[in-house]
Amino acid sequence: MTTATHPTPKLYWTIALILAVVTAVEVAAAYVDALDPVIVPLLLALGAVKFAMVIAFFMHLKFDRPLFRSLFLVGVFGSLPLFIVVLLTFNAL
Amino acid sequence: MSTHPVAGTLPPVVHVEGEHDIVHIRKTAMWVFLGSECLFFGSMIATFLLYRNATAGGPGADVFSVPFTSASSFILLMSSLTMVLAHNAFERHDSRQGRVWLAGTALLGSTFLAGQIFEFTEFVHEGLTISGSPFGSSFFMLTGFHGAHVAIGVMMLAAMFLLSLSGRLHHDRGLNVELVGLYWHFVDIVWIVIFTVVYLLQV
Repeated sequence: MTTATHPTPKLYWTIALILAVVTAVEVAAAYVDALDPVIVPLLLALGAVKFAMVIAFFMHLKFDRPLFRSLFLVGVFGSLPLFIVVLLTFNAL
Repeated sequence: MSTHPVAGTLPPVVHVEGEHDIVHIRKTAMWVFLGSECLFFGSMIATFLLYRNATAGGPGADVFSVPFTSASSFILLMSSLTMVLAHNAFERHDSRQGRVWLAGTALLGSTFLAGQIFEFTEFVHEGLTISGSPFGSSFFMLTGFHGAHVAIGVMMLAAMFLLSLSGRLHHDRGLNVELVGLYWHFVDIVWIVIFTVVYLLQV
């Protein structure tokens, strides 16, 4: 027999609250002129936090088999060379 | 392997041999599919970034309404919560509550789609069309394909709801709901990237 643990509903609600707060911070930051010098890395970092929380807790990658994590991350990080190839194809890099 | 739950987690779901093999194969197939979808959307986002300034004299990102899209993003984020609660309910064999959360997820997804249709209509009225410029083409292709994924997700949620209502969902202990849930959460994380890269970074 095999086992797998999943979070409780209370933890899901907590994660959803954090996601909502991060989204509000993102939108507010996009309108603050003083943040212009750091806005791109800031928004990308906040987006990455939301992305990681959804796949870790809602998609259970934190609790599930490492194989599933590997399969998904191959797709995520495989997008980066694809992105570079697209830019090179159009001489934009 | 320890079977004791850690803090904040439910007791383990126990799978018997044979059943576990099917679960493993189907979940592996879904994760392979989602990995390939990352490449699909990755290439479309790259294309949008390539053409983000190619407006051909027409409207560009200035027609975006970030407050409206923020509300849509919030709705889609919350649909991930209702989806995971539906999965949790079916794992606890609480089909009635599971159906409530499934219906809630489908409703939130439909609301997001309605918002996207409204947004697209506004953009077309302001002159941003799919054939007007490379910016318009890449924007509508990216967000349109995402919307099509949401629409397919809503149909799968409706199918799960009807299967549960007819009593044909309880045998697999929520596996089908989990697979639909993985797809739904994936649609959500793709939107997280689109919202950041396409909308917020263009403000």
